[in-house]
Amino acid sequence: MNVDVILILVVLTNLRLLGSSRLGASIRTVAVQGFLIGLLPLLAPNRDALWKILILSIGSMALKGVVFPRLLLRALREADVRREVEPFVGSVMSLLVGIVALGASFWIGQRLALPSPTTSALLVPVALSSILIGLFLIVSRKKAVSQVLGFLVLENGIFTFGVGLVQELSLLVELGVLLDVFVAVFVMGIIIFHISRAFDHLDTDRLSTLKD
Amino acid sequence: MLILALVLTPTFAGLAALAVRADPLRRALLLLTAVAHTGMTAACWVVRPSPVFNGWLALDALGLLFLSMISALFLAATIYGLGYLSREKQASEQDFEEGFLFTNAPEAIFTGCLLLFLAAMTLVTISQHFGLLWVAVEGTTLASAPLIYFHRHHRSLEATWKYLLICSVGIALALLGNFFLAVSMSGPSHESTPLLLGALVRDAPQSRVPLLKAAFLFLLVGYGTKMGLAPLHTWLPDAHSEAPSMISALLSGALLNCAFLAILRTLQVCAAAAQAAFCQQLFVWFGLVSMAVAAVFILGQSDYKRMLAYSSVEHMGILVLGIGLGGAAAFGAMLHTVNHSLTKAALFLVAGNILAAYKTKSAGKVSGVFRVLPASGVLWIAGFFAVTGSPPFGPFLSEFTILKAALDQRHGVIAVAYLVLLALIFIGMAGVFLRMAEGTPSSEMKTSTSSEPVLAVVPPGLLAAAVLILGVYIPPFLSTALHDAAKTLGGF
Repeated sequence: MNVDVILILVVLTNLRLLGSSRLGASIRTVAVQGFLIGLLPLLAPNRDALWKILILSIGSMALKGVVFPRLLLRALREADVRREVEPFVGSVMSLLVGIVALGASFWIGQRLALPSPTTSALLVPVALSSILIGLFLIVSRKKAVSQVLGFLVLENGIFTFGVGLVQELSLLVELGVLLDVFVAVFVMGIIIFHISRAFDHLDTDRLSTLKD
Repeated sequence: MLILALVLTPTFAGLAALAVRADPLRRALLLLTAVAHTGMTAACWVVRPSPVFNGWLALDALGLLFLSMISALFLAATIYGLGYLSREKQASEQDFEEGFLFTNAPEAIFTGCLLLFLAAMTLVTISQHFGLLWVAVEGTTLASAPLIYFHRHHRSLEATWKYLLICSVGIALALLGNFFLAVSMSGPSHESTPLLLGALVRDAPQSRVPLLKAAFLFLLVGYGTKMGLAPLHTWLPDAHSEAPSMISALLSGALLNCAFLAILRTLQVCAAAAQAAFCQQLFVWFGLVSMAVAAVFILGQSDYKRMLAYSSVEHMGILVLGIGLGGAAAFGAMLHTVNHSLTKAALFLVAGNILAAYKTKSAGKVSGVFRVLPASGVLWIAGFFAVTGSPPFGPFLSEFTILKAALDQRHGVIAVAYLVLLALIFIGMAGVFLRMAEGTPSSEMKTSTSSEPVLAVVPPGLLAAAVLILGVYIPPFLSTALHDAAKTLGGF
């Protein structure tokens, strides 16, 4: 499989996420995206030893493709909430924002004077667009689960950027990053469970008691 | 080996605390670890430990300074916490504000996370590798989130969610900044540099400046979110007001400093690449905006814990402003870091005493603290004068150093803005603090026989005493350390 193909598939998962109205489907889409991103270290040119790349690749595929979706689906099931995404911004508008973000990312990617020859011309634009779309998902979605998904998309974008461009980050740090993301999602999952018990819903727009 | 023990002791103690069932044993473990950590930190002042793991972990002047503050505050908070935990009921408790019943998180989780929080903060101070530093800073977020959610009710839940999400997103951007940093240092001409502080400073002159600037921006925004620089501070007042007071003290006095340290590390690299002016300009802006936002929210603030939280935003602003001005102000900022940590931790601990006695966070409903809680009342007023930078307390000295540096460098506009904002904040805080301390207590408070436990008064008392001493006398060893730290940041 070619890096370009994977990157295009990542863009498609992003767009599907923006247009999707079901939480379960969104979680599965992010799982697919996590799996695709996990393949990248195998295909990117790398000076590291093979076993290091394998650990990183398998670790991130297992976490992002299997563990996170299971955790989130379980939180969803136990919370027993309505399964719609309930965005502040409708799906058509969201898709439009996604397209604009993609265009902007290609424009920035071209202007960014990166020294090392990258694996694929698509890499930087796709990474940037994932980052932007992740941020957009966090601010435009009501449900706590959707915000976690947005955070994961953002993280995937940064991971893509790092895998493609940085050859110096050692395995220890990469694993540390993975561990942190894992604990973050785990703690968020617990908090989501408590939100659903305390409020009987997962809408973060009603988390608005604290203000000045 | 000492440097490893500093991190591993609280890590293992934290993991053990999660498993220990007996309350007295777990509390003893907490106290023992805190004392051991402080002892080891003190030992580092005598003999600076040698670096380990190819220089990934090392303690320089800057790191040692921040580590000492963390360790001292943790010990104070632990001693305070022993009394606090024994008073907290494990059964359901009534909420002060809205009257519903809630339970606390299990004490084992609280103690375990507290110790892991200490381990993560320690790792921040000794990391010389930017990747490891990032992992450690994110670790502090994750370990402290359950601490904020100790009282299990909807307001603390909201605060925890905001804290977790906003800080995680911020720190994710800092990771992107780390990647930019790595890319800016690599090139076809020379081998790419490892992300170790020493190597980066060495190779910085050959870096690609636009990419380095991008890296700095992402790191500043990312870690700045965690540090509570306005306008990225939105999580801070909620988390500080809803967390138990001993946790607020640690968040404000130790955690914000960790993020500040991460920003200072970035500055060290940028300064080596001759980009200090670019960074310092941004620091000055962030500093003034933070002070202005804090002033706006402090004037007319009715919740005294939120007021302390906004005061932290203000002081973080003063710190970056000092670093932004550079020169003598860098020394002032280092001194102010120490002063602010001690003062704010003392104030939050006293706020905890007031909250426990009056059962309200609304400043309007509290009066006569002098009569009801004499020791806390005195500390509350002393803390007020210290935190607003009045003589003879330490913050006066450090704030004055920064002002003098601004005037010496002929930054008249900055100096005037700085003074006006400090004055506004003084006025805003004076109204609330003095009204709370003076006056006659309400009739029900008069009859209530709420005495002050020794453990609740001694830690803030000692912290306040230290602030007072720093106002008149800076011990030579501390002065040397502060100058060393300021020198690494291009000051003197």
